[in-house]
Amino acid sequence: MQQAVEGRQPLLEVRGLSKSFGILRALDQVDFTLHAGEIHALLGENGAGKSTLIKVITGVLSRDAGTIRLDGGEIEPRSVKEALAEGIATVYQEVNLLPNLSVAQNLYLGRQPTRFGIVRDGEMQRRATALLAGYDLHIDVGAQLGHYSVAIQHVVAIARAVDLSARVLILDEPTASLDRHEVDMLFRTMRALAARGIGILFVTHFLDQVYDISDRITVLRNGRLIGERMTASLPRLELIQMMLGRELSETTGERVAHDRSASTPCATFTNYGKRGSIAPFDLDLRHGEVVGLAGLLGSGRTETARLVFGADRADSGKAAVEGKPVRLHSPRDAVRHGFGYCPEERKTDGIIAELTVRENIVLALQAKRGITRPLSRREQDEIAARFVKLLDIRPPDPERPIGLLSGGNQQKVLLARWLATEPRLLVLDEPTRGIDVGAHAEIIRLIRELCDRGLALLVISSELDEIVAYSDRVVVLRDRAHVGTLQDDGIDVSSILAAIAADGSVPAAAEA
Amino acid sequence: MSRLSPVMITALVFVAGFAICSLQFPNFASTRVVANLLTDNAFLGIVAIGMTFVIISGGIDLSVGSVIGFTTVFVALSIERLGLPPLLAFAILLVLCAAFGAAMGAVIHFFDMPPFIVTLAGMFVARGTSFLMSTESTPITAPLYTAVSDFGIALPGGGRLTAIALIMLAVVAAGSVLLHFTRFGANVFAMGGNRSATALMGVAIGSMTVRIYMLSSVLAGIAGIVFSFYTAAGYSLSAVGVELDTIAAVVIGGTLLSGGQGSAIGTFLGVLIQGLIQSYINFDGTLSSWWTKIATGILLFAFIALQQAMVRLAGRSRTIRAGEVKA
Repeated sequence: MQQAVEGRQPLLEVRGLSKSFGILRALDQVDFTLHAGEIHALLGENGAGKSTLIKVITGVLSRDAGTIRLDGGEIEPRSVKEALAEGIATVYQEVNLLPNLSVAQNLYLGRQPTRFGIVRDGEMQRRATALLAGYDLHIDVGAQLGHYSVAIQHVVAIARAVDLSARVLILDEPTASLDRHEVDMLFRTMRALAARGIGILFVTHFLDQVYDISDRITVLRNGRLIGERMTASLPRLELIQMMLGRELSETTGERVAHDRSASTPCATFTNYGKRGSIAPFDLDLRHGEVVGLAGLLGSGRTETARLVFGADRADSGKAAVEGKPVRLHSPRDAVRHGFGYCPEERKTDGIIAELTVRENIVLALQAKRGITRPLSRREQDEIAARFVKLLDIRPPDPERPIGLLSGGNQQKVLLARWLATEPRLLVLDEPTRGIDVGAHAEIIRLIRELCDRGLALLVISSELDEIVAYSDRVVVLRDRAHVGTLQDDGIDVSSILAAIAADGSVPAAAEA
Repeated sequence: MSRLSPVMITALVFVAGFAICSLQFPNFASTRVVANLLTDNAFLGIVAIGMTFVIISGGIDLSVGSVIGFTTVFVALSIERLGLPPLLAFAILLVLCAAFGAAMGAVIHFFDMPPFIVTLAGMFVARGTSFLMSTESTPITAPLYTAVSDFGIALPGGGRLTAIALIMLAVVAAGSVLLHFTRFGANVFAMGGNRSATALMGVAIGSMTVRIYMLSSVLAGIAGIVFSFYTAAGYSLSAVGVELDTIAAVVIGGTLLSGGQGSAIGTFLGVLIQGLIQSYINFDGTLSSWWTKIATGILLFAFIALQQAMVRLAGRSRTIRAGEVKA
């Protein structure tokens, strides 16, 4: 359909691609078209199917149905090597090169110029220097790659890929850990390559970058193709609606009325930030108040939570708890000041599947008390029984390994773990992710209840309806910065969308 | 420069150690002592070069000591009992070693098993087989053995560069070239740096793994032949625990035990340092020879601590960013 409009043959043409993992349809009849010389952004939230699509194109995963054509000829790469041989190269966020070898060795590994079996180091370095000069990169190619910044390593990886006769270059979040100057350098490289007729598929979470560099955008959501548009004719708001799947007119979740007259400051962060992670922000968390963090994936929500909890160390600004200045250099500091954190990745960061519900619940409390003051078994039983009842954990058996519980009940156990430490502030990262719909409402009810007991809550969620339902204030993030705050009656889904979409040049102050 | 500095430190330790010995014992600084150092540690130097490849590639080979023991018994029995010409016995042996190493490498790669376990199994198999063949020490009286032990290049000052020392020096030289100046060597470093990235860059890591362990076993076989020249006998209990001396020599030589960094010349120096400690104890005459092990242990610990410190420092050192590069 698109190529009829374009009137030329696409470089890479994916049609009707489907891929399932068990009952989960990761890709459902997805089309994707990449033309020579274009930079094409592939966008979507978590679970949209971006990485599955890339993995199928590059031969890491097999497909269930559909075709991939390169220059009109059907291809079926079964490994990264085969994809590379066809001319499809990928550069990942984590540079897949060898930091312990020289830049030149990295560029020519496996195809070094040799004479009588001996690598001609001088010749190789000359070629490497010349190759990188084509990317406006003038570095000592004899030095170890690991000595250079990630941006330079990315350019080296790209140079290697292109030199291996790549025609399709896939860049999977290459800019995630780069600063502004380095992003510019990478973009110059990308533009130069596109001008040489290479098709570039670019995955990023930074919308400003999408508008800076891409010619065309394809949006996926929940494994389906939502649309393909020219970047120049796609307004930001519309793009975000495509990614999040909502219309502005759509009626949104009900807000729960809430009396906040009694709220007092709990934790205050002033000009708090970390270079390369999140721009400095001001954040005021109050007792009995829920603050929601809203934004797209990669906008800096989790980064904010990690700074607040001391999991990352801030390099600017001040933090205060109950009005007193504090240092939050590690999660230990945060726990000592009465903070709790339920991470997004329950399976990897949170629960310990082999331990029982009771053991999982008392973990944080025991850690807080220290090894010299062990909780007696009787105390443990009491605490576990109390929270199983309070949070209605099912089945109500504290001795059952937590791995056997449903997602929603695992989430409740995690909540219980932190509540047992009697925190003043609790950070919840995606509390309803991976939980069935029935349990959503219950988690939301719990959040409200906790808040009524005087707890301060900071909640991250991609579910805008939910954020609207329980938040007293919503902080909106975009491109690793806090860009606006919505309050009370000003909180609704369309205002949040508008704040996310507001152009980067205007400091969006959507104060109600 | 920074890649060479662990080797520099090893070299400094050797020079300092040699200077201390020379000051203490007037006769120490002679070509005789140096030549003996090379002769006495010839087998260790050869097997350590193989181990250097294995460790740089991110693996370990615990079977080498047993392969040396197996070799001495196999060679002695082939020559003395079966009456094979020594050179034919050597050729058959090296083919067996190559097959043994290739088998270990194949198991490690294709069954995705830890090298530690696979080569530990190999160690038991090789040692057990040599006991099965003979539990007695078999003297070797072939004319070649007499000729080899008679051979020597006289050095000024009374030293004698023996055949087995020359074999060791040749292996070190060839190993250096293979490790540092060929595609094979670059692949070895690459695998130690990041195995999966190396595979993604198109290196056939399966065949590389097989070839690396093959190289190690063949060099252990050559070391075993050299050991049989040195002792003129085959004995199933010879070279017990040599795999650990070998690993110690490689690490003292500045090779990172986790792989990715190292050098053949460093390993050579590591072997000489161990030999130097042994010579010191011999010269002293009053010390128990087990002090060699204690001194080696302390040195090993010091070098691993040093490597950790250097890795930390490298991690903390400022990386070069795009803005600092002249465009």
